[in-house]
Amino acid sequence: MSEHSISVTVNGTQHELTVEPRTLLVSALRDELGYTGANVGCETGRCGACTVRENGETIKSCTRLAVQADGAEIETVEGLADDGDLSALQERFQEHHGLQCGYCTPGMLMSADTFLRENDDPSREEIREAIEGNLCRCTGYQNIVDAIEATADQLGEQR
Amino acid sequence: MSDADADGPTETVGEVRADGGSSDDSGGAFGSAIERGEDVPLLTGSGEYTDDISLRGTTHLAIRRSEHAHARIEGVDTSDAEAIDGVIAVFTGEDVVESGVPNTIPTAWDLPGLVQPQYRMLATDKVRHEGTAVAAVVAETRHAAHDAIEHVSVEYEPLEHVTDPVEAVERDVPPVHEEAEDNVAFDFELGDADATDEAFADADRVASVDLRQPRIIPNAMEPRAALADWEEATGKLRLWMTSQNPHLHRMLLSAGTLGLPENKIQVIAPEVGGGFGSKIYHYPDEAVTAWCSMQLGRPVKWQATRSESYLTDCHGRDHVTTGEIALDDDGTIRGVRVETHAGLGAQLSQFGTATPSYLYATVLSGQYTIPAIHCRVVGAFTNTTPVDAYRGAGRAEGIYVIERLVDVGARELEMDPAELRRRNLVQPDEFPYESAAALVYDSGEYERAMDLALEHVDYDALRERQRELRDEGRYLGIGIGNFIESAGLSPSGLAGDLGAQAGGWESSIVRFDSTGSVTVLAGTADQGQGHRTTYAQVAAEELGVSVDDVTVVEGDTDRIPQGMGTYGSRSASVGGGSIARGAREVREKARRIAAHQLEASVDDIEFDEGEFHVAGAPDRSLHIQTIAHEAYLGHDLPEGMDPGLEETNFYDPENFTYPFGTHVAVVEVEPETGEIEIERYVAVDDCGEIINPMIVEGQVHGGIAQGIGAALYEGAAYDDEGHLRTRRMDEYAVPHATQLPDFETDNTVTPSPHNPIGVKGVGESATIAATPTVVSAVADALEPFGVEHLDMPITPESVWRATEGDR
Ligand code: FES
Ligand code: FES
Repeated sequence: MSEHSISVTVNGTQHELTVEPRTLLVSALRDELGYTGANVGCETGRCGACTVRENGETIKSCTRLAVQADGAEIETVEGLADDGDLSALQERFQEHHGLQCGYCTPGMLMSADTFLRENDDPSREEIREAIEGNLCRCTGYQNIVDAIEATADQLGEQR
Repeated sequence: MSDADADGPTETVGEVRADGGSSDDSGGAFGSAIERGEDVPLLTGSGEYTDDISLRGTTHLAIRRSEHAHARIEGVDTSDAEAIDGVIAVFTGEDVVESGVPNTIPTAWDLPGLVQPQYRMLATDKVRHEGTAVAAVVAETRHAAHDAIEHVSVEYEPLEHVTDPVEAVERDVPPVHEEAEDNVAFDFELGDADATDEAFADADRVASVDLRQPRIIPNAMEPRAALADWEEATGKLRLWMTSQNPHLHRMLLSAGTLGLPENKIQVIAPEVGGGFGSKIYHYPDEAVTAWCSMQLGRPVKWQATRSESYLTDCHGRDHVTTGEIALDDDGTIRGVRVETHAGLGAQLSQFGTATPSYLYATVLSGQYTIPAIHCRVVGAFTNTTPVDAYRGAGRAEGIYVIERLVDVGARELEMDPAELRRRNLVQPDEFPYESAAALVYDSGEYERAMDLALEHVDYDALRERQRELRDEGRYLGIGIGNFIESAGLSPSGLAGDLGAQAGGWESSIVRFDSTGSVTVLAGTADQGQGHRTTYAQVAAEELGVSVDDVTVVEGDTDRIPQGMGTYGSRSASVGGGSIARGAREVREKARRIAAHQLEASVDDIEFDEGEFHVAGAPDRSLHIQTIAHEAYLGHDLPEGMDPGLEETNFYDPENFTYPFGTHVAVVEVEPETGEIEIERYVAVDDCGEIINPMIVEGQVHGGIAQGIGAALYEGAAYDDEGHLRTRRMDEYAVPHATQLPDFETDNTVTPSPHNPIGVKGVGESATIAATPTVVSAVADALEPFGVEHLDMPITPESVWRATEGDR
């Protein structure tokens, strides 16, 4: 099978790699580059565990081919903390017990982080809609909503 | 914990607090809502799940599965698959047989008269359900392995299939297994049939309900996975896998499947992304992964796709039941009679036999004094994915039946369902309470929890509002779910009497090192429950050290010598109980060292927040962490004492624990569209002493979500060909964030009198409670339409159909 050379920037670091045309972005990130934060729950775009940001927009990285990400800026959960300091969102997830097994968490954080950039004063309903594409089997979502709401409040106070 | 309650909270039995959670006002480790130690790696993406781990030279396994529900295997041709680039080997069932390993996937629970057919790693004669493993391809890459399984050609002679447990037994179909011609694996009875018949004959009224509890697919977000590494030189197998019970997996793999001694198998459960029962079992797939590594001498990794999970993770429930309740006009329950056909799937999974028998029939008394109970369960083989314990396992099915019966009984008597419940509750002074379904309940204040739940919703006002709204043509429903759970599996002797092939104890090691830090090695295994935090709280409390000084290690059979694992809401009570007992032994050894070095008698040494001091002389003291150092120096220990400060504990509980509570759901149903809106959901849980209220609440939230899921959204279905129709995430409705309301939670605290730390456990409670609560609420809303019961999942369509004639 033919291989393609691509270049992607992940959390600010540029990587050159060769991939098969059918290699999914999530596999390239996990298996080729070692960013194992994004998880695979379904490979059909339904669970959101593989959510990352591509050029500022959240995408489900199991629905993207790696070759499509050639030249893109990718952000993953590994890039959320700043030099070991958790982001406000990550801290609120811990404080509000917004995770149990943690499998959905990387995707959930990426969706929530992006959402809060677009809507800094959301209602609980809006938060629930924003994470509708991220399934969590453990938490029942309420604590996740609490964590996102608390982050929005905190960011609001800082403005 | 100070010396005063060194024997556990026995003396506080009967005391009930409704304090919204925290069971310890002192701000000590036990009872505090401290943040979880496990979170940071999971929040930053550095936590390692099985598929995140790779070894040098790792190869990839893909499994060819049958597309038939029932067929004879006529031949398997692997040559095309072998020719594919990157393929290392293709194995069939015959290859496994020829390798000479024992090759059985054993059942862990026997029942009288149980038919136990052969269950092999890869099928050789027949496939008995869609998804049966037929061949294994190992390749250099995952892509190549998945490509190649398509090129394994299997010749089948299709057979007639059956997917319904009643049809399997009653219709004339080719048997799933030749050994069970009528497809009956077991015919189980519990209770007193004659006494029950008499109660029914004497009672004023009888009400009944026919119900189905559909198959639930657990849907842990992380699909199952395994990475096996066989080291030829030492004859040792290392196996990382998505396991809720690595030691049990070690045991089952050892003798029955691979023929290796236990000490040559290391099972490691790294981060595990949810389980809910589905990662308890010994499946063929993980065993095949290990076997392939043994054949090839290379690391082999298998990662299930989501479709494979739907087809092969054990499903839960699958009951078809007729239940009857006998009542007197004053609301006294006289008896309960239940007959159930339980689908077991095509093979007996580990607890597939225990779940619909002992774990089910024994809770049919619920929270009520019921003098006569009889239950019969026919366990049926069907051409479907094996069924086993899913969160609530058996208890969920049983409580669903009794709570539905109480509701239809209330309807029959035209009595308020809360009132009928109240009249029959087991009273606090009746504990220990021996039910007619063969359990001895440890402790409870059922009415207190029920009252609290009803207060939260302002029950009387709510009923008033319901009447008013009905006049406006709006349909509000109030559902009440009272539950008990038999948690903390299990007293070993009792389990053995009932057929278990393993003990029910738990084991731990509590170890101080010479610098005063503590390591707790626990035999349970976390999949999100937060054991590393709660266990640290238990140990810190007993030892008087800070939670930060305690490191908890789980999930590695080479580091933790023995264990039973995490299932049946057992970790806090049995695992935590073991840790508390081990820590107390450590503390007592430290006390003897303290007495020796302080030159006082042991009886004069008091212990308070980590400090041993001589009674009446508080400045003559030594901290337990200093003593830890002394214990390893060994320079100055009491005569005859061995150095070191650690204890290995095995804790075998004397009984189950019995968490309980009342949940209330308020729904509005729109008959025109069938839409159901959950307006409020209140959960009052009593799980005994609470180690960490934040984590308890999290367990309750997650449990409710799964219970609501079962009531309104979920359910597996098979088509006429015996193919699973719900095999993708867009076909099986795991609830998402907009489908669930916010939950209101509260607690009462009734300690378990026999558990060392008074806890009862909470892992499954809310799932058990939520399902009947929500169904009850919808049925209550539709009372004006004469609807007594609707089967799950209650969809807009089923509401619409049920009310059709009346609109
Ligand atoms: S793995 Fe990508 S959405 Fe599920
Ligand atoms: S925390 Fe387990 S799936 Fe969300």
